[in-house]
Amino acid sequence: MIYQERCSVLENVKVAPDYFKLTVLSKNIHRSAKPGQFVQIKVSGSSTPLLRRPFSIHRINKDGFSIIYHIVGKGTEILSRTQKGAELDVIGPLGNGFTIDRTKTAILIAGGCGSAPLYCLEEELKKKKIGSHFFMGATTKDLLLCGSDFAKLGTKLYISTDDGSCGEKCTVSALYSSYIDTLDPKKCLIYTCGPKPMMKAVSEIAEKHNIPCQVSLEEYMACGIGACLGCVVETINGNRRVCKDGPVFDPKEIIWQ
Amino acid sequence: MAIILAGLEMKNQVTVASGTFGFGLEFADLVPLDKLGAITTKTVTIKPRKGNPQPRLMEVENGLVNSIGLQNDGVEYFIANYLPKLKKIKTALIVNIAGETIEEYVRTAEILCRQDGINAIEVNISCPNVKKGCIAFGKDPAMTKEVISAVRETCKLPLIAKLTPNVADITVIAKAALDGGADILSMINTVQHTTTIPGKSQAITGGLSGPTIKPNALKMISQVRAAFPGTPIIGMGGIMSASDAKEFFAAGANAIAVGTANFVDPGIVIRIIDEIG
Repeated sequence: MIYQERCSVLENVKVAPDYFKLTVLSKNIHRSAKPGQFVQIKVSGSSTPLLRRPFSIHRINKDGFSIIYHIVGKGTEILSRTQKGAELDVIGPLGNGFTIDRTKTAILIAGGCGSAPLYCLEEELKKKKIGSHFFMGATTKDLLLCGSDFAKLGTKLYISTDDGSCGEKCTVSALYSSYIDTLDPKKCLIYTCGPKPMMKAVSEIAEKHNIPCQVSLEEYMACGIGACLGCVVETINGNRRVCKDGPVFDPKEIIWQ
Repeated sequence: MAIILAGLEMKNQVTVASGTFGFGLEFADLVPLDKLGAITTKTVTIKPRKGNPQPRLMEVENGLVNSIGLQNDGVEYFIANYLPKLKKIKTALIVNIAGETIEEYVRTAEILCRQDGINAIEVNISCPNVKKGCIAFGKDPAMTKEVISAVRETCKLPLIAKLTPNVADITVIAKAALDGGADILSMINTVQHTTTIPGKSQAITGGLSGPTIKPNALKMISQVRAAFPGTPIIGMGGIMSASDAKEFFAAGANAIAVGTANFVDPGIVIRIIDEIG
């Protein structure tokens, strides 16, 4: 079930340079939300910007949910100025979300803002007592999101940065490659979210070692509910909608552009 | 207020613009579909269409440019998968059709007219995002008349011609559609537009919709209303509120369709129905 609700803002705080965490109260959205799903938020009452903005769910709380967002344009800039107590028009939960497999050890591989939805998955895995390893990459130390939260969860965290300011100086896909033999590929399932080239690299590793993999894609979208067909990606099964058939796909299906 | 437009019975004056509401069912969680005056489907074609490559969308100031390219699974898929569910919804159903050739329009209409549960056919002669058909017909009065009269011959249902604003004089095209046998005119489809994509060298050329095209829509509806006082018109183009809808009625529309606003706020169409009474 998808809901359209007015959600009251509990908190909207900076968590890294140009990154904010927004926490809202909701009536129903959080009750049916699962990791990997997203919401569409109308950031202002005016028609500029016209469309809603899609955001992955970062945490599912008892009384609402959180997102982490990067200020990339006018919409997210307006959202960053939203005050506590304000009401936002939200549609969600949207998309298919990740599929959890209790028989596999989870390998979570996040690039940049991809840590936000994978944190949500990690919380769920911990609740279900499923073993996991979390590989997190960012351009620099300041942009490693949710670091202290992972410490609280007791996550096995592996870090890389492009500039070497924290963890290994390499890409996160290369970091995972260096551990691949210590984490028996036959027993693993990879979940990945981040920039497209990074997810493509992870998908290639998964394919080479025959590891099942789930990628969470992003595409420019309008409706978010599968009607406008604006957000399609090419797959071996024809065009598929990121908002409705995804955002989580089996990378074997994707024809990477 | 219930209305009858050339045999098309609607429980109120509000429908949705083709292409902005999918096949209706996508909105089922968010919109009580039976409260609409009519559901207007996304365009259906004789064969499945893959549509255009990305980029398909770009937001502009007060508007949206799209170039979807009529992606759909074809008329047989529509009949097997959507129509049985749409028939159960207690409101009128308008099916929008298009083709690359007159024959494709006619065959699609023929197949649909054999089905129960469809209340009107809307002929898309105005989509700007395809290489063949649609706008190529709707920009030319002789071709408009030819395609509409060919569909008219095979179709006993109320026939709607959906007009493009990308013409010098829309009354000329309106006359051609009416001469061809259209019962109702729906207007306007999107305005051809090219915009850049931030961070990319690529541009997108497509159809502009949303509040920014409302003045074009109102002007053209007024022109067609003045030229053809008795013709039923379904007005559309940037309607975002009940007050916008009232402007369309004042310009001469008998019914209105909510389009891009469905993407922005799925709840808006019902609020417009409630407010205009």
